[in-house]
Amino acid sequence: MPRPDRLPRFSPAERRVHRSTAVLVGVLALTGAALYVPSLALLVGRRTTVEAAHVVAGLLLPVPTLAGLALSAPLRADLRLLNRMTTTDWRWLRRRDRRTARLPVGKFNGGQKLASAVVAGTGLVLFGTGLLLLAPARVSIPVGVRQGATIAHDLFTFGLLVILAGHVWLAYRHPEARAALRTGLVDREYAEREHPAWASQVW
Amino acid sequence: MDGEHEGTPIGRRVVLGLLGLGGATVAAGPWVSRWLGDVSGALSAHDPTGLSSLIPGSGWRYYTVTSGFPYRPPATYRLAVTGNVDHELTLTTDDLRGLPRTRLTRDFQCVTGWRVPGVHWEGVRLATLLDRAGVQPGQAAVRFTSYDGTYTESLTLAQARRDDVLVVDTLDGKPIGRAHGGPVRLLVAPMYGYKSCKWLSAIEVTERLEPGYWEQFGYDQNAWVGRSNGRNDAPT
Repeated sequence: MPRPDRLPRFSPAERRVHRSTAVLVGVLALTGAALYVPSLALLVGRRTTVEAAHVVAGLLLPVPTLAGLALSAPLRADLRLLNRMTTTDWRWLRRRDRRTARLPVGKFNGGQKLASAVVAGTGLVLFGTGLLLLAPARVSIPVGVRQGATIAHDLFTFGLLVILAGHVWLAYRHPEARAALRTGLVDREYAEREHPAWASQVW
Repeated sequence: MDGEHEGTPIGRRVVLGLLGLGGATVAAGPWVSRWLGDVSGALSAHDPTGLSSLIPGSGWRYYTVTSGFPYRPPATYRLAVTGNVDHELTLTTDDLRGLPRTRLTRDFQCVTGWRVPGVHWEGVRLATLLDRAGVQPGQAAVRFTSYDGTYTESLTLAQARRDDVLVVDTLDGKPIGRAHGGPVRLLVAPMYGYKSCKWLSAIEVTERLEPGYWEQFGYDQNAWVGRSNGRNDAPT
Protein backbone atom coordinates (compact mmCIF):
# COMPACT_ATOMS: atom_id res chain seq x y z
CA MET A 1 0.00 0.00 0.00
CA PRO A 2 1.55 3.32 -1.05
CA ARG A 3 2.07 5.96 1.59
CA PRO A 4 -0.82 8.47 1.40
CA ASP A 5 -0.08 12.16 0.78
CA ARG A 6 -2.66 13.22 3.31
CA LEU A 7 -3.66 11.92 6.73
CA PRO A 8 -7.14 12.19 8.26
CA ARG A 9 -6.88 14.74 11.08
CA PHE A 10 -10.28 16.24 11.90
CA SER A 11 -13.71 14.64 11.62
CA PRO A 12 -16.56 16.49 9.86
CA ALA A 13 -18.20 17.13 13.24
CA GLU A 14 -15.04 18.77 14.61
CA ARG A 15 -14.74 20.98 11.55
CA ARG A 16 -18.35 22.07 11.87
CA VAL A 17 -17.89 22.83 15.58
CA HIS A 18 -14.79 24.87 14.79
CA ARG A 19 -16.45 26.77 11.96
CA SER A 20 -19.64 27.62 13.81
CA THR A 21 -17.76 28.62 16.97
CA ALA A 22 -15.48 30.84 14.87
CA VAL A 23 -18.51 32.59 13.32
CA LEU A 24 -20.07 33.15 16.74
CA VAL A 25 -16.80 34.48 18.19
CA GLY A 26 -16.50 36.80 15.19
CA VAL A 27 -19.99 38.18 15.81
CA LEU A 28 -19.23 38.54 19.52
CA ALA A 29 -15.95 40.37 18.85
CA LEU A 30 -17.49 42.81 16.35
CA THR A 31 -20.64 43.54 18.34
CA GLY A 32 -18.63 43.65 21.57
CA ALA A 33 -16.28 46.23 20.04
CA ALA A 34 -19.27 48.29 18.87
CA LEU A 35 -20.60 48.28 22.43
CA TYR A 36 -17.31 48.84 24.23
CA VAL A 37 -15.12 51.17 22.14
CA PRO A 38 -16.62 54.67 22.47
CA SER A 39 -15.71 55.86 18.96
CA LEU A 40 -17.10 52.67 17.37
CA ALA A 41 -20.24 52.93 19.50
CA LEU A 42 -20.78 56.44 18.13
CA LEU A 43 -20.13 55.31 14.58
CA VAL A 44 -22.40 52.25 14.69
CA GLY A 45 -25.15 53.45 17.04
CA ARG A 46 -28.18 51.11 17.13
CA ARG A 47 -27.13 49.98 20.58
CA THR A 48 -30.21 47.87 21.32
CA THR A 49 -29.81 45.90 18.07
CA VAL A 50 -26.06 45.41 18.55
CA GLU A 51 -26.67 44.39 22.15
CA ALA A 52 -29.30 41.84 21.12
CA ALA A 53 -26.94 40.33 18.53
CA HIS A 54 -24.17 40.10 21.13
CA VAL A 55 -26.48 38.40 23.63
CA VAL A 56 -27.87 35.90 21.11
CA ALA A 57 -24.38 34.98 19.81
CA GLY A 58 -23.16 34.65 23.41
CA LEU A 59 -26.00 32.36 24.41
CA LEU A 60 -25.39 30.23 21.31
CA LEU A 61 -21.62 30.06 21.88
CA PRO A 62 -21.53 26.79 23.87
CA VAL A 63 -24.08 25.06 21.61
CA PRO A 64 -21.67 23.75 18.89
CA THR A 65 -19.18 22.44 21.46
CA LEU A 66 -21.88 20.80 23.59
CA ALA A 67 -23.47 19.23 20.51
CA GLY A 68 -20.04 17.99 19.40
CA LEU A 69 -19.32 16.51 22.81
CA ALA A 70 -22.66 14.77 22.84
CA LEU A 71 -22.59 13.46 19.27
CA SER A 72 -18.99 13.07 18.16
CA ALA A 73 -16.65 10.38 19.49
CA PRO A 74 -13.63 11.82 17.59
CA LEU A 75 -14.20 15.20 19.27
CA ARG A 76 -14.36 13.57 22.69
CA ALA A 77 -11.16 11.62 21.92
CA ASP A 78 -9.34 14.81 20.88
CA LEU A 79 -10.52 16.55 24.05
CA ARG A 80 -9.01 13.74 26.12
CA LEU A 81 -5.70 14.24 24.29
CA LEU A 82 -5.83 18.02 24.78
CA ASN A 83 -6.43 17.59 28.50
CA ARG A 84 -3.18 15.71 29.18
CA MET A 85 0.29 17.25 29.10
CA THR A 86 3.05 14.67 28.59
CA THR A 87 6.78 15.05 29.33
CA THR A 88 7.24 15.51 25.55
CA ASP A 89 4.78 18.43 25.62
CA TRP A 90 6.69 20.20 28.40
CA ARG A 91 9.99 19.66 26.57
CA TRP A 92 8.40 20.99 23.36
CA LEU A 93 7.31 24.13 25.24
CA ARG A 94 10.71 24.71 26.86
CA ARG A 95 12.98 24.22 23.84
CA ARG A 96 13.67 27.06 21.48
CA ASP A 97 14.36 24.59 18.64
CA ARG A 98 11.01 22.86 19.27
CA ARG A 99 10.01 22.81 15.60
CA THR A 100 13.23 21.13 14.43
CA ALA A 101 14.13 19.02 17.48
CA ARG A 102 12.20 15.98 16.22
CA LEU A 103 10.45 15.48 19.56
CA PRO A 104 7.85 12.69 19.53
CA VAL A 105 4.92 15.14 19.56
CA GLY A 106 1.46 13.54 19.43
CA LYS A 107 -1.71 14.83 17.73
CA PHE A 108 -1.44 18.14 19.62
CA ASN A 109 1.64 19.91 20.87
CA GLY A 110 2.04 21.46 24.34
CA GLY A 111 1.18 24.94 23.09
CA GLN A 112 -2.06 23.78 21.49
CA LYS A 113 -3.01 21.92 24.67
CA LEU A 114 -2.40 24.85 27.01
CA ALA A 115 -4.00 27.36 24.64
CA SER A 116 -7.15 25.27 24.23
CA ALA A 117 -7.48 24.97 28.01
CA VAL A 118 -7.04 28.73 28.46
CA VAL A 119 -9.60 29.45 25.72
CA ALA A 120 -12.08 27.00 27.28
CA GLY A 121 -11.65 28.47 30.78
CA THR A 122 -11.84 32.05 29.54
CA GLY A 123 -14.89 31.21 27.43
CA LEU A 124 -16.67 29.77 30.46
CA VAL A 125 -15.85 32.87 32.53
CA LEU A 126 -17.16 35.13 29.74
CA PHE A 127 -20.32 33.02 29.41
CA GLY A 128 -20.95 33.07 33.17
CA THR A 129 -20.29 36.78 33.64
CA GLY A 130 -22.35 37.46 30.51
CA LEU A 131 -25.30 35.67 32.12
CA LEU A 132 -24.86 37.80 35.26
CA LEU A 133 -24.89 40.96 33.13
CA LEU A 134 -28.11 39.80 31.47
CA ALA A 135 -29.95 39.66 34.78
CA PRO A 136 -32.46 42.52 34.73
CA ALA A 137 -32.10 45.21 37.36
CA ARG A 138 -35.12 44.00 39.31
CA VAL A 139 -33.33 40.69 40.01
CA SER A 140 -31.44 41.58 43.15
CA ILE A 141 -27.85 40.46 42.82
CA PRO A 142 -25.52 41.08 45.81
CA VAL A 143 -23.75 44.40 46.09
CA GLY A 144 -20.78 44.65 43.79
CA VAL A 145 -21.39 41.41 41.88
CA ARG A 146 -22.80 43.24 38.86
CA GLN A 147 -19.76 45.52 38.93
CA GLY A 148 -17.47 42.50 39.35
CA ALA A 149 -19.12 40.72 36.43
CA THR A 150 -18.64 43.80 34.25
CA ILE A 151 -14.98 44.13 35.08
CA ALA A 152 -14.31 40.36 34.78
CA HIS A 153 -16.11 40.27 31.40
CA ASP A 154 -13.93 43.17 30.20
CA LEU A 155 -10.62 41.80 31.53
CA PHE A 156 -11.13 38.23 30.32
CA THR A 157 -12.13 39.58 26.91
CA PHE A 158 -8.78 41.36 26.69
CA GLY A 159 -7.01 38.11 27.65
CA LEU A 160 -8.96 36.13 25.07
CA LEU A 161 -8.23 38.69 22.34
CA VAL A 162 -4.49 38.23 22.94
CA ILE A 163 -4.80 34.44 22.62
CA LEU A 164 -7.07 34.68 19.57
CA ALA A 165 -4.58 37.03 17.91
CA GLY A 166 -1.93 34.37 18.47
CA HIS A 167 -4.32 31.68 17.17
CA VAL A 168 -4.95 33.60 13.95
CA TRP A 169 -1.26 34.44 13.56
CA LEU A 170 -0.24 30.78 13.86
CA ALA A 171 -2.99 29.74 11.46
CA TYR A 172 -1.64 32.29 9.00
CA ARG A 173 1.87 30.86 9.45
CA HIS A 174 0.70 27.25 9.03
CA PRO A 175 -1.39 26.89 5.85
CA GLU A 176 -1.28 23.09 6.23
CA ALA A 177 -3.10 23.39 9.56
CA ARG A 178 -5.71 25.66 7.94
CA ALA A 179 -6.18 23.11 5.15
CA ALA A 180 -6.65 20.39 7.79
CA LEU A 181 -9.54 22.30 9.35
CA ARG A 182 -11.02 23.02 5.93
CA THR A 183 -10.76 19.52 4.44
CA GLY A 184 -10.20 17.28 7.46
CA LEU A 185 -6.94 16.02 5.88
CA VAL A 186 -3.43 17.16 6.68
CA ASP A 187 -0.35 17.06 4.49
CA ARG A 188 1.62 13.95 5.52
CA GLU A 189 5.06 15.54 5.44
CA TYR A 190 3.83 18.42 7.55
CA ALA A 191 2.31 15.98 10.05
CA GLU A 192 5.53 13.95 10.20
CA ARG A 193 7.45 17.15 10.93
CA GLU A 194 5.10 18.71 13.49
CA HIS A 195 3.30 15.70 14.99
CA PRO A 196 5.60 12.69 14.29
CA ALA A 197 4.26 10.39 17.00
CA TRP A 198 0.70 10.95 15.79
CA ALA A 199 1.62 10.61 12.09
CA SER A 200 3.31 7.26 12.65
CA GLN A 201 0.25 6.09 14.60
CA VAL A 202 -2.27 7.11 11.94
CA TRP A 203 -0.34 5.84 8.97
CA MET B 1 2.98 8.36 21.89
CA ASP B 2 0.37 10.02 23.95
CA GLY B 3 -2.16 7.49 25.05
CA GLU B 4 -5.32 8.44 26.81
CA HIS B 5 -3.93 8.14 30.30
CA GLU B 6 -0.43 9.35 29.71
CA GLY B 7 0.62 12.71 31.13
CA THR B 8 -1.13 14.89 33.67
CA PRO B 9 -4.61 16.46 33.29
CA ILE B 10 -3.27 20.00 33.05
CA GLY B 11 -6.11 21.12 30.77
CA ARG B 12 -8.71 20.50 33.45
CA ARG B 13 -6.59 22.30 36.05
CA VAL B 14 -6.13 25.31 33.79
CA VAL B 15 -9.88 25.51 33.13
CA LEU B 16 -10.73 25.19 36.83
CA GLY B 17 -8.01 27.71 37.75
CA LEU B 18 -9.43 30.25 35.29
CA LEU B 19 -12.94 29.69 36.64
CA GLY B 20 -11.56 30.39 40.12
CA LEU B 21 -9.80 33.52 38.88
CA GLY B 22 -13.00 34.66 37.16
CA GLY B 23 -15.00 34.09 40.33
CA ALA B 24 -12.42 35.98 42.38
CA THR B 25 -12.52 38.91 39.94
CA VAL B 26 -16.32 39.03 40.18
CA ALA B 27 -16.15 38.90 44.00
CA ALA B 28 -13.44 41.57 44.14
CA GLY B 29 -15.19 43.68 41.48
CA PRO B 30 -15.56 46.95 43.40
CA TRP B 31 -11.89 46.93 44.45
CA VAL B 32 -10.60 45.86 41.04
CA SER B 33 -12.68 48.52 39.36
CA ARG B 34 -11.53 51.24 41.77
CA TRP B 35 -7.90 50.24 41.21
CA LEU B 36 -8.34 50.21 37.41
CA GLY B 37 -10.04 53.60 37.66
CA ASP B 38 -7.00 54.99 39.49
CA VAL B 39 -4.62 53.48 36.93
CA SER B 40 -6.57 54.79 33.95
CA GLY B 41 -7.02 58.19 35.61
CA ALA B 42 -3.25 58.44 36.03
CA LEU B 43 -2.61 57.21 32.49
CA SER B 44 -5.17 59.36 30.70
CA ALA B 45 -3.48 62.50 32.02
CA HIS B 46 -0.51 61.63 29.78
CA ASP B 47 -2.32 59.93 26.93
CA PRO B 48 -2.85 61.92 23.73
CA THR B 49 -4.09 58.79 21.89
CA GLY B 50 -7.13 58.26 24.10
CA LEU B 51 -6.33 54.52 24.21
CA SER B 52 -6.39 54.56 28.01
CA SER B 53 -10.17 55.02 27.75
CA LEU B 54 -10.30 51.34 26.70
CA ILE B 55 -9.21 50.28 30.20
CA PRO B 56 -12.27 48.65 31.78
CA GLY B 57 -14.33 50.99 33.94
CA SER B 58 -12.71 54.17 32.72
CA GLY B 59 -13.74 57.09 30.56
CA TRP B 60 -17.05 57.99 29.00
CA ARG B 61 -19.22 55.34 27.41
CA TYR B 62 -21.91 56.65 25.12
CA TYR B 63 -25.33 55.12 25.55
CA THR B 64 -28.46 55.72 23.60
CA VAL B 65 -31.74 53.85 23.92
CA THR B 66 -32.74 54.60 20.36
CA SER B 67 -31.15 53.43 17.13
CA GLY B 68 -28.83 56.39 16.73
CA PHE B 69 -27.46 59.48 18.39
CA PRO B 70 -29.95 62.29 17.76
CA TYR B 71 -28.83 65.88 17.40
CA ARG B 72 -30.37 69.30 17.19
CA PRO B 73 -27.97 72.11 16.43
CA PRO B 74 -27.92 74.97 18.97
CA ALA B 75 -29.50 77.35 16.42
CA THR B 76 -32.78 75.42 16.22
CA TYR B 77 -32.72 73.88 19.69
CA ARG B 78 -35.62 74.73 22.03
CA LEU B 79 -36.19 73.73 25.64
CA ALA B 80 -39.78 73.71 26.87
CA VAL B 81 -40.73 74.21 30.52
CA THR B 82 -44.35 73.07 30.72
CA GLY B 83 -46.91 71.25 32.81
CA ASN B 84 -48.53 72.75 35.85
CA VAL B 85 -46.71 76.07 35.78
CA ASP B 86 -47.92 79.68 35.75
CA HIS B 87 -46.11 80.60 32.53
CA GLU B 88 -44.81 78.02 30.08
CA LEU B 89 -41.34 78.80 28.80
CA THR B 90 -39.60 78.06 25.51
CA LEU B 91 -35.89 78.65 25.84
CA THR B 92 -33.16 78.91 23.24
CA THR B 93 -29.50 78.23 23.99
CA ASP B 94 -28.99 82.01 24.11
CA ASP B 95 -31.80 82.32 26.68
CA LEU B 96 -29.99 79.75 28.84
CA ARG B 97 -26.74 81.67 28.50
CA GLY B 98 -28.52 84.81 29.68
CA LEU B 99 -29.72 83.27 32.96
CA PRO B 100 -27.68 83.12 36.20
CA ARG B 101 -24.97 80.52 35.58
CA THR B 102 -23.56 77.86 37.88
CA ARG B 103 -20.41 75.79 37.63
CA LEU B 104 -20.01 72.38 39.17
CA THR B 105 -17.12 69.87 39.18
CA ARG B 106 -18.10 66.32 40.10
CA ASP B 107 -17.25 62.73 39.29
CA PHE B 108 -19.75 61.21 36.85
CA GLN B 109 -20.77 57.68 37.84
CA CYS B 110 -22.66 55.24 35.66
CA VAL B 111 -24.76 52.50 37.19
CA THR B 112 -22.89 49.99 35.00
CA GLY B 113 -19.63 50.79 36.77
CA TRP B 114 -17.64 53.35 34.81
CA ARG B 115 -16.76 56.63 36.44
CA VAL B 116 -15.25 59.78 34.99
CA PRO B 117 -13.42 61.81 37.63
CA GLY B 118 -13.73 65.57 37.99
CA VAL B 119 -16.06 66.55 35.13
CA HIS B 120 -16.57 70.32 34.81
CA TRP B 121 -20.17 71.26 34.05
CA GLU B 122 -21.69 74.68 33.50
CA GLY B 123 -25.31 75.69 33.13
CA VAL B 124 -28.39 76.94 34.93
CA ARG B 125 -29.87 75.52 38.12
CA LEU B 126 -33.08 73.66 37.40
CA ALA B 127 -34.62 75.51 40.37
CA THR B 128 -34.02 78.80 38.55
CA LEU B 129 -36.03 77.59 35.54
CA LEU B 130 -38.81 76.25 37.77
CA ASP B 131 -39.00 79.58 39.61
CA ARG B 132 -39.17 81.53 36.34
CA ALA B 133 -42.02 79.33 35.14
CA GLY B 134 -43.75 79.43 38.52
CA VAL B 135 -44.66 76.01 39.92
CA GLN B 136 -48.37 75.82 40.78
CA PRO B 137 -49.42 74.66 44.24
CA GLY B 138 -49.84 70.95 44.91
CA GLN B 139 -47.17 69.73 42.50
CA ALA B 140 -44.86 66.87 43.48
CA ALA B 141 -42.57 66.00 40.60
CA VAL B 142 -40.75 67.02 37.45
CA ARG B 143 -40.63 64.93 34.31
CA PHE B 144 -37.91 65.22 31.69
CA THR B 145 -38.21 64.28 28.04
CA SER B 146 -35.43 63.69 25.56
CA TYR B 147 -35.78 64.73 21.94
CA ASP B 148 -34.58 61.23 21.02
CA GLY B 149 -38.31 60.49 21.24
CA THR B 150 -38.01 57.65 23.77
CA TYR B 151 -36.06 58.56 26.88
CA THR B 152 -37.70 60.07 29.91
CA GLU B 153 -36.64 60.73 33.48
CA SER B 154 -38.21 62.19 36.58
CA LEU B 155 -37.35 63.68 39.97
CA THR B 156 -39.38 64.70 42.97
CA LEU B 157 -39.84 68.45 43.19
CA ALA B 158 -37.55 68.55 46.24
CA GLN B 159 -34.79 66.70 44.35
CA ALA B 160 -35.28 68.96 41.34
CA ARG B 161 -34.74 72.04 43.50
CA ARG B 162 -31.33 70.89 44.82
CA ASP B 163 -28.46 73.19 43.93
CA ASP B 164 -26.51 70.31 42.34
CA VAL B 165 -29.24 69.65 39.76
CA LEU B 166 -28.51 71.70 36.65
CA VAL B 167 -29.58 72.16 33.06
CA VAL B 168 -26.14 72.20 31.43
CA ASP B 169 -24.81 73.31 28.05
CA THR B 170 -21.06 73.23 28.76
CA LEU B 171 -18.84 70.22 29.52
CA ASP B 172 -15.16 70.65 30.39
CA GLY B 173 -15.24 74.18 28.99
CA LYS B 174 -16.78 73.23 25.63
CA PRO B 175 -20.35 73.24 24.28
CA ILE B 176 -21.88 69.82 24.90
CA GLY B 177 -21.66 67.71 21.74
CA ARG B 178 -23.97 65.13 20.28
CA ALA B 179 -22.54 62.07 22.06
CA HIS B 180 -22.84 63.71 25.46
CA GLY B 181 -26.47 64.71 24.91
CA GLY B 182 -26.02 68.23 23.62
CA PRO B 183 -26.66 70.96 23.05
CA VAL B 184 -28.50 70.88 26.39
CA ARG B 185 -28.87 68.08 28.91
CA LEU B 186 -29.77 67.56 32.52
CA LEU B 187 -27.15 66.96 35.22
CA VAL B 188 -28.31 65.32 38.45
CA ALA B 189 -24.87 65.33 40.07
CA PRO B 190 -25.55 63.20 43.18
CA MET B 191 -27.31 60.43 41.25
CA TYR B 192 -26.31 57.74 38.74
CA GLY B 193 -25.88 58.86 35.15
CA TYR B 194 -29.23 57.58 33.89
CA LYS B 195 -30.96 60.39 35.82
CA SER B 196 -29.04 63.00 33.81
CA CYS B 197 -31.34 62.95 30.79
CA LYS B 198 -29.44 63.63 27.56
CA TRP B 199 -30.76 65.61 24.57
CA LEU B 200 -33.20 67.36 26.90
CA SER B 201 -36.24 68.79 25.17
CA ALA B 202 -38.89 69.30 27.84
CA ILE B 203 -39.20 69.86 31.57
CA GLU B 204 -42.71 69.21 32.78
CA VAL B 205 -44.04 69.90 36.27
CA THR B 206 -46.44 67.13 37.31
CA GLU B 207 -48.74 66.38 40.19
CA ARG B 208 -47.52 62.80 40.52
CA LEU B 209 -44.14 61.21 39.95
CA GLU B 210 -43.98 59.22 36.74
CA PRO B 211 -41.19 56.61 36.53
CA GLY B 212 -38.64 57.26 33.78
CA TYR B 213 -37.33 54.97 31.05
CA TRP B 214 -34.89 52.88 33.10
CA GLU B 215 -37.08 52.92 36.18
CA GLN B 216 -39.61 50.93 34.16
CA PHE B 217 -36.89 48.30 33.75
CA GLY B 218 -36.41 48.14 37.52
CA TYR B 219 -33.72 50.74 38.20
CA ASP B 220 -34.17 52.81 41.34
CA GLN B 221 -36.14 56.06 41.20
CA ASN B 222 -33.99 57.61 43.93
CA ALA B 223 -30.68 56.83 42.27
CA TRP B 224 -28.23 58.26 44.82
CA VAL B 225 -24.69 57.23 43.91
CA GLY B 226 -23.53 54.58 46.40
CA ARG B 227 -26.93 54.19 48.06
CA SER B 228 -29.10 52.65 45.37
CA ASN B 229 -29.26 49.97 42.69
CA GLY B 230 -27.34 47.62 44.99
CA ARG B 231 -24.10 49.51 44.49
CA ASN B 232 -21.58 50.94 46.93
CA ASP B 233 -19.66 53.49 44.86
CA ALA B 234 -18.20 56.54 46.56
CA PRO B 235 -20.83 59.34 46.46
CA THR B 236 -20.44 61.98 43.76
